[in-house]
Amino acid sequence: MDDNKMQMTIPLKSGDLVLKNPVLTASGTFGYGVEFSRYGDLTGLGGIVTKGLSLKPMKGNPQPRIVETAAGMLNAIGLQNWGVEGFLENYLPKLPLEQLPVIVNIYAHSPEDFSSLAARLSNVPGIAALEVNISCPNVACGGLLFGQDPKMAFEVTRAVKQASGNLPVMVKLSPNVTSITEIALACEEGGADMLSCINTLTGMAVDLKGRRPALANVVGGLSGPAIKPVALRCVWQVANAVKIPVIGIGGVYCADDILEFLLVGAYAVQVGTANFHRPNKAFELPAELEARMKKLKIENLQSFRGTLQIPDIKSWDEM
Amino acid sequence: MSDRIHTLKVLDMVPHETATIKNRFYELRLEPPGWSNWSPGQFAMLRPAAWGGEQTWSKPISICSVNDKGLVFFFQVSGHGTRRLAQVRPGDDMIVVGPLGSKFAVYPDRPTLMLAGGMGLAPFVGYSEAHPNPGNLKLLFGHRLPLECYLYPACACKLGERTCRHENMNDEESFMAVLEENIAALAPVNGLALACGPGHFLRKVQEFSLKHGVDAQVSLESRMACGIGACLGCVVKPLLDEATGKNRSSKPQPKSMHQDMPAPVCACGPVFWVDSFKF
Repeated sequence: MDDNKMQMTIPLKSGDLVLKNPVLTASGTFGYGVEFSRYGDLTGLGGIVTKGLSLKPMKGNPQPRIVETAAGMLNAIGLQNWGVEGFLENYLPKLPLEQLPVIVNIYAHSPEDFSSLAARLSNVPGIAALEVNISCPNVACGGLLFGQDPKMAFEVTRAVKQASGNLPVMVKLSPNVTSITEIALACEEGGADMLSCINTLTGMAVDLKGRRPALANVVGGLSGPAIKPVALRCVWQVANAVKIPVIGIGGVYCADDILEFLLVGAYAVQVGTANFHRPNKAFELPAELEARMKKLKIENLQSFRGTLQIPDIKSWDEM
Repeated sequence: MSDRIHTLKVLDMVPHETATIKNRFYELRLEPPGWSNWSPGQFAMLRPAAWGGEQTWSKPISICSVNDKGLVFFFQVSGHGTRRLAQVRPGDDMIVVGPLGSKFAVYPDRPTLMLAGGMGLAPFVGYSEAHPNPGNLKLLFGHRLPLECYLYPACACKLGERTCRHENMNDEESFMAVLEENIAALAPVNGLALACGPGHFLRKVQEFSLKHGVDAQVSLESRMACGIGACLGCVVKPLLDEATGKNRSSKPQPKSMHQDMPAPVCACGPVFWVDSFKF
């Protein structure tokens, strides 16, 4: 099969972002990338999204931080990370930047800190794009999450965009909202070059015998195959609402999952919780996808993308 | 394929049980992995190849022993995942990521006390098999259930051993007294204590070892998702010296244990020196 058939070209204002295949890894599930280099060839992936970075190192939440659920897991890691300088000094230089698009996920509690992070990363060679985690509380607004309010989502997107120079900006949308398209449109208006969706769904688990929450943080983010139907719905809605490219995230486990996200309009997917099934899982997906395309007679992914056909039957009586 | 990921055939799944205790303890034997770099104390992430997306995590299980007859694990059914793990049968494929993590120290010339609580006996089977001077080894095994439930015979041969069964709170108290007495006895002979078992047992081992100035290591159990230090779901708090900013322990430590950040048990442990971290 021609390599170009797996290639995805993501049209951006600053120039196309070309991925050799649509398999990216999701923030928070793939470390800084280097942890997985022993388990596969990073350059075989379409790209990676690093663990969320804050301006300063963060210690995260107390234990327990994770709990397994049916076809998924809850996490409340609390964004433990080495901070932007720790990442630039110790991790980024170890990544094969010339052959691998590296998207850096950023996290902050104010538009100003988001802006500082974007500015710091804007001139670092080798970074392909920024992914903005807006599922975090805005301390100046009583802890309301940026991603749950269209005005704040607009503001933070604009702040990052203005500080990031030519670096493409992707905003990661939360599913924990009434209307995800409303937030998506606000981010597009704020200047976002791409959107990724979805972040985790807020959930909870309890220890029945101990009569306690299973997580020290009480609530956490649900991920894994259990959330794929929600993610597909969100990607489909957002891709139909905005003009900018969308990346799908949520329960991607196999080649069919990737094709389903592309079918509803995504340009690529991010593989997250499946990395915990075994550390070589994401590395195997491009070959699995290629085999599946052949079986389904899909000639190339670019033309396959967004070809979902919805039967034109509006009511029971029309059947 | 990475040198740390193997697909191995299941050779045996042997239940360890009594007339009244069934379907809880299993000895799993896989075909030999051909490892040249395994050390007792390390663990592996196990995932039957037949599992799909419905089961999220592989299961971190302490390696019991490795030899030319196979790779042996001992586990207890404690939840949905281990219940499913117990259903594999000879001939099934098992995906094994390992060996992972840190190892128990080996000082052939120092008296070494292995402290095992229940399932914590598992790594000491391999430790006692691999030790160059087994005459210096002694085992203290605390357990709630009959010995038949555990791998006790595999570990106890040729060792100076003592077992303590505790079925109620009074037994527990007397066991703790025996535990302290045994740890204290290591101090004048420059002995080493190694422990694996439930959290409250390991806390006591830490307390008694520090109190009596005995070198000791404990193997921590934690919920793990990735097993390779990426997800940061299993973390421990390093104990740092305020003056130097370095770890308080004088023993060699992974880099992460010298920093004021939570350190992953899977990558920095599971075996830790007792003076290097806070429970």
